[in-house]
Amino acid sequence: MSIHHHLSSLYLAQSDSLISFDVEGLIDQFWSNTVDGLAQGSIYALVALGYTLVYGVLKLINFAHSEVFIYGAYATWFTFYALGFRPGPTAELAIFELVGFLLLALLAAVLASGATAVVLERVAYRPLRNRGAPRLVFLITAIGASFVLQQLIFIWRGGNPEQAIRLLRPEPVFEIFGASVTNITIIIVLASILLWLVADTFVNRTRFGRGIRAVAQDPDTATLMGVNKERVIMTTFLIGGLLAGAAALFYMMKIPQGAAYQGGFLLGIKAFTAAVLGGIGNLRGALLGGLLLGLMENYGQSLFGGEWRDVVAFALLVLILMFRPTGILGESLGKARV
Amino acid sequence: MSRARFGRVVVLAATASLVLGACAARTEDGGGDDTGSQPQASAPAQAANAADPAGDGNATCDAGTKLAYAGTINGANAALGQNILNGVKVAIERHNSNNPNCQVELQEFETEGTPDRAPGIVTQIVNTQDIIGVVGLPFSGESKAAGNIFDDAGLVQVTPSATNPALSENGWKTFFRGLGNDNTQGPAAAQFITEELGAQTVCVVRDDSEYGIGLANSITDRLGDKASCQEQIKTKQTDFSAVVNSIKGENPDAIFFSGYYQEAAPFAQQLFDAGVEAQFVGPDGVKDDEFVKGAGDAAEGVYFTCPCVPADQFTEFNEGYKQVSGGRAPGTYSPEGYDLATILLKGIDSGVKDRAGMLEFVKGYEGQGLTKSFKWNEKGELAESTVWTYKVENGQIVRNTEIKPKG
Repeated sequence: MSIHHHLSSLYLAQSDSLISFDVEGLIDQFWSNTVDGLAQGSIYALVALGYTLVYGVLKLINFAHSEVFIYGAYATWFTFYALGFRPGPTAELAIFELVGFLLLALLAAVLASGATAVVLERVAYRPLRNRGAPRLVFLITAIGASFVLQQLIFIWRGGNPEQAIRLLRPEPVFEIFGASVTNITIIIVLASILLWLVADTFVNRTRFGRGIRAVAQDPDTATLMGVNKERVIMTTFLIGGLLAGAAALFYMMKIPQGAAYQGGFLLGIKAFTAAVLGGIGNLRGALLGGLLLGLMENYGQSLFGGEWRDVVAFALLVLILMFRPTGILGESLGKARV
Repeated sequence: MSRARFGRVVVLAATASLVLGACAARTEDGGGDDTGSQPQASAPAQAANAADPAGDGNATCDAGTKLAYAGTINGANAALGQNILNGVKVAIERHNSNNPNCQVELQEFETEGTPDRAPGIVTQIVNTQDIIGVVGLPFSGESKAAGNIFDDAGLVQVTPSATNPALSENGWKTFFRGLGNDNTQGPAAAQFITEELGAQTVCVVRDDSEYGIGLANSITDRLGDKASCQEQIKTKQTDFSAVVNSIKGENPDAIFFSGYYQEAAPFAQQLFDAGVEAQFVGPDGVKDDEFVKGAGDAAEGVYFTCPCVPADQFTEFNEGYKQVSGGRAPGTYSPEGYDLATILLKGIDSGVKDRAGMLEFVKGYEGQGLTKSFKWNEKGELAESTVWTYKVENGQIVRNTEIKPKG
């Protein structure tokens, strides 16, 4: 091979070895990867909340949640489009216009995803529940619903992703250890943590949240104690959907090409992984799992190379589940806590 | 959307006419040594003897004679498939409207461009007995997965865009490639990047497709020491931050992205946002309007290499294309799709009635098309091939220069 690298790092051509380690790359890009990993991880965390909430209440892995997310991404895109923006160079906007438009898109995304989640629950899951279907049937239905929602977009919009529309260009705001932190990263990370706080407070501190926790612990007893189970379930789906909608807007700000019919699939799987990693059914676990996954993916890619991205994510999951089968923080939504 | 496309057509027409006027003056510039200042080569004119699907107008054939297009129509990287399909349609239209006694039907098969879908679809095609020739499959991955099915059925498959070199090494007697493979494109791209663009360090980024891997190996070999870094990404990946950070650390002069536009668009944008100033160069799989629109701010000034011939001066073809495509201008490999469909139509007009006859006809075919002259060797490769470069200027893809290989 004539390829010679001037680097001291241990890059090897693909044909020479299956895995190569680039330790120097990992160290060099550690901080930029940390910053970018946190942004991606925040999006995972918000989507993971939806998986975790539904699982906590119904013991159902709602595989169609990835489509709930992508419907929000489409809503974002169409909002931008309806506001008169077109694909091409980033628009120059005054700050109040920008904030106004983004809030409008947030509203649209949140409504679209929330509505999708509620309709999904009504159409796909409630009839099964009323007939007392076994749990496996729910799982298959979830996968089926995921395909149906995906193909609806495919039939309507085709296989090409929507062409990128972007309102805000990422600009470096400050640096930590040489890694620049962009305005978009700041917005995504702060807003995600804020939304997580709101969701956590809602579930753990409010009266309605108590209802959710009661149903999670013991649905029958909760019903006997006067909790409206169906309403709790619907609200749970709604909250998950709202958070997925917000995640979709952040995702579209970060990756304007994100509105693709299959675009939710991999992200959904990753978010689900994040939920399991942190402890499914546990809101804090979803946040921790999401951020951790975002970081590890980036570190792993730096160390092993880009094609190992997904392997790193899932290997991490297997490794952690080996030692902590219920995830890092364990399943807590269903456990009694005072 | 349609307004933007109309604009593109106008600009293309305008640049074409400008270039014609400026040709003589441009040649005195000598070889451009500085990025972005090469003289634009004029688009090839239509050869007088280019095969015309209209023929003499007296062709007769059995009713129900069918050709097929197989490839992505709405699936992954759909635009690349639609360009070809529309090119094929132009040829069929032109043939049928001029030959009242020979109406050839075109059947379209959607493979979604994926290796796992294609074999099932191709099986369906070979089981449709009336189909005697196929234009497809556009992508290398799906071609590798389904080529043997065509071979077993003895059904001719002419591909207008699958460029992975290994495809012709499988011993399939039904495989014919209507363009140069990546053993041509890779070195040509390397030559363009290092000599025309003057890059001393080049980062080769590939996806995990058959096409991306093959082309990356081919260009890396030729770049030699100048291939300063290699990165891998995955199909359907959207967040490229780790790869971007790593490239930022390498600080190369140029980046060659060996893959398709669906990943190239967000990748180019994220590089741009991170302040990476390296010249972005993409191959034929990236050269599409979808890339330009998808990459936003990052698209301007991007170069493409492509074994495809600019259609700017194929006036008649362009008009026909606009009719079948709803007013859009031809894209990458549209003229190639037209040429290949024309060859199959010539076969039908010459009296071919079945798959075996079509196979013999294509094997022995020799003739000029819009894009090049066609004559295949026993492996199904063309003797003659060309690689062009293109560039994004004012949001439009315009032709740049033809790469003349130096050994």
